Amino acid sequence: MSEDLISATGLEVTYRGQRAGGVKVLHGVDVRIGRHETVGIVGESGSGKTTLGRALLRLVDVTAGTITFDGQDITHLPEVAMRPLRRRAQMIFQDPMASLNPRHTVRRILTEPLLFHRVAADSADALRRVRQFFDRVGLPLACLDRTPHELSGGQRQRVGIARAALLEPDFVLADEIVSGLDVSTQAQALNLLKTLTRELGLAMAFISHDLSVIRAVCDRVYVMRNGLVVEEGRCEDVFSAPANPYTRLLIDAIPLPEIDPGWLGRDRAEVAAAEAD
Amino acid sequence: MTAPILRIQHLSAVSDLEGGAPILRRVNLELAPGEALGLVGESGAGKSTIAKALLGVLPRTVRLTEGEITFDGKNLRTLPPKALRQIFGDEIALIPQDPLTALNPGRRIELQLTDGLRMRRKLPWREARARALQLLAEVHINDPERVMRAYPHQLSGGMRQRVLIAAAFALEPKMIVADEPTTALDVTVQKQILRLIRGLQEAHGTAVIFVTHDLGVVAQICDRVTLLFSGAVIESGSTEEVLGTPKHPYTRALIAAGPRYDRPGAGLQPVPEAVIAQLRADVAATDGRPGA
Repeated sequence: MSEDLISATGLEVTYRGQRAGGVKVLHGVDVRIGRHETVGIVGESGSGKTTLGRALLRLVDVTAGTITFDGQDITHLPEVAMRPLRRRAQMIFQDPMASLNPRHTVRRILTEPLLFHRVAADSADALRRVRQFFDRVGLPLACLDRTPHELSGGQRQRVGIARAALLEPDFVLADEIVSGLDVSTQAQALNLLKTLTRELGLAMAFISHDLSVIRAVCDRVYVMRNGLVVEEGRCEDVFSAPANPYTRLLIDAIPLPEIDPGWLGRDRAEVAAAEAD
Repeated sequence: MTAPILRIQHLSAVSDLEGGAPILRRVNLELAPGEALGLVGESGAGKSTIAKALLGVLPRTVRLTEGEITFDGKNLRTLPPKALRQIFGDEIALIPQDPLTALNPGRRIELQLTDGLRMRRKLPWREARARALQLLAEVHINDPERVMRAYPHQLSGGMRQRVLIAAAFALEPKMIVADEPTTALDVTVQKQILRLIRGLQEAHGTAVIFVTHDLGVVAQICDRVTLLFSGAVIESGSTEEVLGTPKHPYTRALIAAGPRYDRPGAGLQPVPEAVIAQLRADVAATDGRPGA
């Protein structure tokens, strides 16, 4: 029995479309996520990082390969059999405005999943859990009776994080959850996520296009390009000595907030090579 | 310093939607010809309001209440509409944030790129077309003929942004307002686009105002920086001074808040609430005081 919480091998995903045979967006990807481990998945648009995340949660159908969750093969598990696992694998979304029901109060948004998954015995118990958690995620209790549009962007994102974490999952998928936030709000959300994963012993897949954010929160990282993993390793190794030229290119493309007269002109040859294909 | 191409003095604005809440508070800034100025701040800082005021596209709900915008020696707040129309688009151009919504989805690039040349410069079709092809080559588009025939949806995000940069430089404006021009792009494409804008700016001697929330972008391509908070200028100076030896605690806090791939221990420090509270108090205290 492997000690990994999630492991996927040879994962392929093809989206059916107008094109004959569909569009293949994952070309055989191997990923493993250990218990209590935070794994980054980084890549540019079209690299397949979001599809990979969704495939791990069985939110898109895989065309080939296998996925195991806590030792159980879930690749073709029917939805009914998946249901008990749904609580254990949660998701935090990029845009809380789009993922929180605008007509529900925060109270309802947070208590309903607890009752649905029978984590809480009754609604009083659910509310008690939510109130306890509010302190932890730094939300004022006054937010309970507000609807999502009455909250600030940072508060909305914390509601999204609370909704996932309250269900006591083993695994959380966070897909670009800080890309729309200001840096100060982003710092708060990331710190909260780091604390929660540590305290609750969560495993997390953290999808982002931002390597600096990945470096700040992840233990290991997968670098994706065109539906393939081009590099994988511990963050400290990948960032200090990237083995793949594409990883190097991605790192060099990040502008740091200090003047670097050579930055703009550096690696023209590599950029030209990347543009060519 | 040579005579500035743009000078904004004591510019204040209020929002009628929020019961006359101030959204710009006596903003002063200056831009020399050919210079790149970074206008930075978090959401609600007023950077987009300034950009819109410079382009004459402020929403009806925003009113300028005092101050002057002097562009190339003319006060934009007192010029008649006809003279303003001449300046907006002709001498001041925009590079927008979202390259998809900024292009008309139903018109080929050729039409959109030659609009200004035909209507404002009165160039005949053939010449406008030749100039457009030249512009596309200048933004490093390898097959300009194909791009000219294409509709926006047939081009990638980076390609669309190149087309818009070509359009912005088409009439040889004296100043360009770039409103978060790379926020929607991948990092490797962002670097190409920044390099392109900087290169064209230097070649044409155009002044550029870069509206951005990214201090990294500012560090790499701006000569000077103005940092805003809640509609007020907090710190202003050369990029070297502001980022290297920041004077204001808010500037220092913002720099410390961003994650750094090269320093995993640093970054991610939220801006202290005391700093924000002090800022709010300072900013509010200046309201209602006559312009200095």
